[in-house]
Amino acid sequence: MDSLELRRSLEALLFTSEKPLSPEELKEAFTDDVSVKEIREEIDALRQECEDQHRGFRVYEIAGGFQIASAIDFAEVLKRFYHSREKKKMTPASLETLSVVAYRQPVTRADIEGVRGVNVDAAVKGLMEKGLIRIVGRKEVPGRPILYGTTREFLEHFGLKSLQELPPLSEYSLKDLDPSMLPPELKQEAPETSDEPAENS
Amino acid sequence: MTYKVKLEIFEGPLDLLLYLIKKDELNIYDIPITRITEQYLEYLALIEELDLDVAGEFIVMAATLMHIKSKTLLPPDPEGIETDEADPRAELVKRLLEYKAFKEAAERLRGMEFERAKIFTRTDVEPEVDDSDLSLVDVSLFELLNAFAKVLRGLVPDVSHEVIKDEFTVAEKVHQIFHLLAKRTIIHFSELFKSAKNKTEVITTFLALLELVRLREVRIRQDAHFGDIEISRNPRSMEPVNGAENNG
Repeated sequence: MDSLELRRSLEALLFTSEKPLSPEELKEAFTDDVSVKEIREEIDALRQECEDQHRGFRVYEIAGGFQIASAIDFAEVLKRFYHSREKKKMTPASLETLSVVAYRQPVTRADIEGVRGVNVDAAVKGLMEKGLIRIVGRKEVPGRPILYGTTREFLEHFGLKSLQELPPLSEYSLKDLDPSMLPPELKQEAPETSDEPAENS
Repeated sequence: MTYKVKLEIFEGPLDLLLYLIKKDELNIYDIPITRITEQYLEYLALIEELDLDVAGEFIVMAATLMHIKSKTLLPPDPEGIETDEADPRAELVKRLLEYKAFKEAAERLRGMEFERAKIFTRTDVEPEVDDSDLSLVDVSLFELLNAFAKVLRGLVPDVSHEVIKDEFTVAEKVHQIFHLLAKRTIIHFSELFKSAKNKTEVITTFLALLELVRLREVRIRQDAHFGDIEISRNPRSMEPVNGAENNG
């Protein structure tokens, strides 16, 4: 199979797939003489082709695989056309819960509740039903609480290649505080900022 | 029809605190605990006023705030080693900062979701059916509550207490009936109420009439059923009766 034939075959496979396909998955379609490396190269070439030719669709790398989807330039047209089928936005409760799961996974419900300060049963249930999170195991502590993690659908939904692509979480801590903003009773401690300001934190 | 709004739409007590801090541009590292506690409790009261279910977490936070407040009010132990005592707010600030970080992460996810929605795959254009749990919320309920609180504050406070003056007294009416009977021997029941300005006056007049009947000062007669009642002085009462003068 020459490279162009491979490229067109991959195009056909991605075109017909509803889900992102990884190079490993795609390899199943070919005989042993086609390597994962070659598949990657031809997908890259295909991506370039779509861009150079200003096609209405592009090849995206999402959730560890490749997927053909509409080009971003036509968002308005497609939105207008598919208006009635537009997905609803997630509620802040769902998104907050999801972000805790995404950044802290694997997490228990109690972990999430600790951060959000509210009961998260409904939010967790909703995210499970949506397929954005899943049960990944049980924590080996008394009661063996269920541990949750994000799914591949989560990556697809947010257009992420992998969890590593999640933007870093802002780290706020008491260390960040400006001594001038400190209340008087803490001011004496402030100068030696190298230490933890409060060990009971 | 009554609407019950469940508090689950609120993002919780930490969210409310962050909202209060942001609203007044307070320094999160140096929260004026008295002020924030007051405001927090105000919001809780408002939530209750609106007949929303106050979730337990909100009450727990109220208790936490009051606990911190009471700690800050205690004078520092003059003999104690200063550095041993951590700011009682530290734990709360830590929780707020952690929550804030995730809230911001959630916002970034929202942004990514928005960007991702600009590209369409085959599955994206299929109708969605199971969206019952995740629905649109554009304005936070805290904003709504804040707006409501403003409206409440804008109202002219109702500080006056309405004192209802006793416009009519039974004694006065007794006198009036006597006055009428002095001019005419017979008066009609309906006449008594013709000039009545309100219900109170009607009732007072009627009570006066009953009183006169009880004291046998007047006689009442009726020509026919449902006919107008005639009121006349009781001739016997004209003569002085023993003890009657004492009452006068």
